[in-house]
Amino acid sequence: MSDQVSLGLSPERAAERVAESISFRKRRENRFLFLGKSAVAVALGFLVLLFAGILSKGIPGLFQHYVTLDVQLDAERLDPSGQGTLESLADGDFDGVVRDALYEALGGPTGRKAKRQARKLISSGSGQRLMHHVLDNPDQMRSKVALQFAVDDDVDTFLRGLISRDTPEADRRVSDQMISYIDLLQAKGRISYEISDYLFFGSASRDAEMAGIRGALVGSILTLLVCIVIAFPLGVATAVYLEEMAPKNRFTEIIEININNLAAVPSVVFGIMGLAVFIVIFGMPRSIPLVGGIVLALMTLPTIIISSRASIRAVPPSIRDAALGVGASKMQTITHHVLPLAMPGMLTGTIIGMAQALGETAPLLMIGMVAFIVDVPSGVTEPGTVLPVQIFMWADFAERMFIQKTSAAIIVLLAFLISMNAAAIFLRKKLERRW
Amino acid sequence: MFVRIATSAALAVAMSTTAVARDYVSIAGSSTVLPFATIVAERLGRNYNQKTPVVESGGSSVGKKGVCDGIGTEFIDIGNASSRMKTKELDYCEKNGVKLTEIKVGYDGIVVANSKSGEQLKISLLNLGKALTAEVAIDGKMVANPYKKWSDIDSSLPDTEIRVYGPPTTSGTRASYAEIVNEKAYCKKDSDAKAALKAAGKKAKACRAMRTDGAYVEAGEQDNLIVQKLQEDTKAYGIFGFSYLDQNSDTLQGAELSGVVPTFDAIGDGSYKASRALYFYVKHQHLGVVPGVEEYMAEWVKHWGDDGILADAGMIPLGGEEAAAMKARMTDLPVLVASDLK
Repeated sequence: MSDQVSLGLSPERAAERVAESISFRKRRENRFLFLGKSAVAVALGFLVLLFAGILSKGIPGLFQHYVTLDVQLDAERLDPSGQGTLESLADGDFDGVVRDALYEALGGPTGRKAKRQARKLISSGSGQRLMHHVLDNPDQMRSKVALQFAVDDDVDTFLRGLISRDTPEADRRVSDQMISYIDLLQAKGRISYEISDYLFFGSASRDAEMAGIRGALVGSILTLLVCIVIAFPLGVATAVYLEEMAPKNRFTEIIEININNLAAVPSVVFGIMGLAVFIVIFGMPRSIPLVGGIVLALMTLPTIIISSRASIRAVPPSIRDAALGVGASKMQTITHHVLPLAMPGMLTGTIIGMAQALGETAPLLMIGMVAFIVDVPSGVTEPGTVLPVQIFMWADFAERMFIQKTSAAIIVLLAFLISMNAAAIFLRKKLERRW
Repeated sequence: MFVRIATSAALAVAMSTTAVARDYVSIAGSSTVLPFATIVAERLGRNYNQKTPVVESGGSSVGKKGVCDGIGTEFIDIGNASSRMKTKELDYCEKNGVKLTEIKVGYDGIVVANSKSGEQLKISLLNLGKALTAEVAIDGKMVANPYKKWSDIDSSLPDTEIRVYGPPTTSGTRASYAEIVNEKAYCKKDSDAKAALKAAGKKAKACRAMRTDGAYVEAGEQDNLIVQKLQEDTKAYGIFGFSYLDQNSDTLQGAELSGVVPTFDAIGDGSYKASRALYFYVKHQHLGVVPGVEEYMAEWVKHWGDDGILADAGMIPLGGEEAAAMKARMTDLPVLVASDLK
């Protein structure tokens, strides 16, 4: 080993060279800085583009058009047996009552054709909406009330100005007769543009004006609950064992490598495993959040284990030594000292894992959760779907109003994700300790 | 990893012992049938005492295979398909002891459409086959498709580049299109093509391959994507289901194929050739076991008429006689056998 600079340079010459290279190095540094800055700018640009696109399309999706009708709640027609229960109301002619109110608002169209055109103005779920209103407000029976009903999706698209009046009648889904009715209703001030109650309180529907995310949102929450109940304890226990107790030998090494490999397995593979194990072998029903949650738990486990191990490792050994030094057992050291200190990091990892699970559709495809499910699940063993699946399905339906609904659902999903990530940041800032 | 698998397996065993019989109808299959099946399912679910059936997507093959996988509530009750069951698929059913009844519910047209501000395509099916088949017959040989512009095929066609957006290989729409246009209308009709295929020792089935040189652009499974592309790119054409043309009739126009414009009537009476039938397959063993299967079938009959909501959503209704025959099948429940599929 030579311990002397053997370039044969005098110190003066060396200093000169350094001085010469300074401007060159400066320029290189500036170029690097510029590249870094432009990379950030490009990333930010994409983000702005994404948000601008989603918000500009999605915000109109949070609203829809309603028509106000004065409905005569005729007890004989709506509740023939007069019990006011769901069963007795099922025999009532709610559609007929709404229809009569509509004809009245339009000044009494005559003839079958005119009436047919008039009926096309309002949502096919109007009768059902009225039924729920009557069920919730039994005291309004026999009176005349002004109620809002959603307009049909084609009419809504027209009212948004997306269907031009200038297109020939044969080429548009809203006829001249319907347009004249719409103009009449607008002149009477009966049409309003309001926040869509169907979007938040309605479930999946093939009528675009009635489609909502409630079922999918509940399904997402149930699925994530199952996921966290399984993945968090398992993940933390695995991490504690591997980090604190496991002997460092060939076997634990193989386990470690496999956990890291599992983190890189494509999510759809977990779905296939879920199908083969839980549905085929154990005979669990398809499409239920319980199976979905288990599959997503398997998918997020590696993330949780890896981040938990990292945060356990970040606890200074001095703390363990101190605990052991005053006579704590291994178990006490872990539960009283290591785990509380590592918890913020573990929680952050878990929440990020959950956020990832929230956005998954591929593994759910295999176990039947990519499905059209109308009934809102009331438990983890009832069929349910999740938000990203709802978005995926709406994006493919032909009815044009689904475009706005899709973007609105994306906004809700993003809000859900951002609040989860915000919770992760909050927990970290609140609980984190530095040494 | 072992801990994890053992724990989740134990959990699953614990759960499966408490698994209860399914009380809703489970349906899966073709994404073309899905929009219509979901409409029927939703209507059925509006009855206060009826659970809404769960309708999964996945493609025709998933529907036909899924319904044949076995008997028991962990398997689906009804499979949707936009192509008829093949004898091979029925064999799989029989192997698993599954008995099926086939119900045809309607038709779906496949349209070639473009923006209204572009030129409407008026083309024979044969020429359409020439435009998009991977290999065409020239001088008695099958060669890679050389046509760059529509007018290269026939001077009466538009003088624009051939650029057609369509579904990828996984799609049933694509499979039907390739069969109807490429194979049946071109390779089995055109005498040059027949001779060239014979010389090369190939079957007409080989013609089902679409061009990959950029004239045919795979635009993903979502027909809505193609619709949006066409509204921006007025020189391009797109291949998708009729319901999407129906919903966007103010901005898009369908191409006239061999002199027939895609309309409800033309597809319904069979004069518009690019169409296929939509089916569902009911598993006999689940009738009376899973509540609602019979009611679901009956619900189709209420809505599949000429002025029903299914027609409004773009499904082409069956003719009167055919509809009556299918309605009768729902109560007679004839078992599907291989000889029916010939």
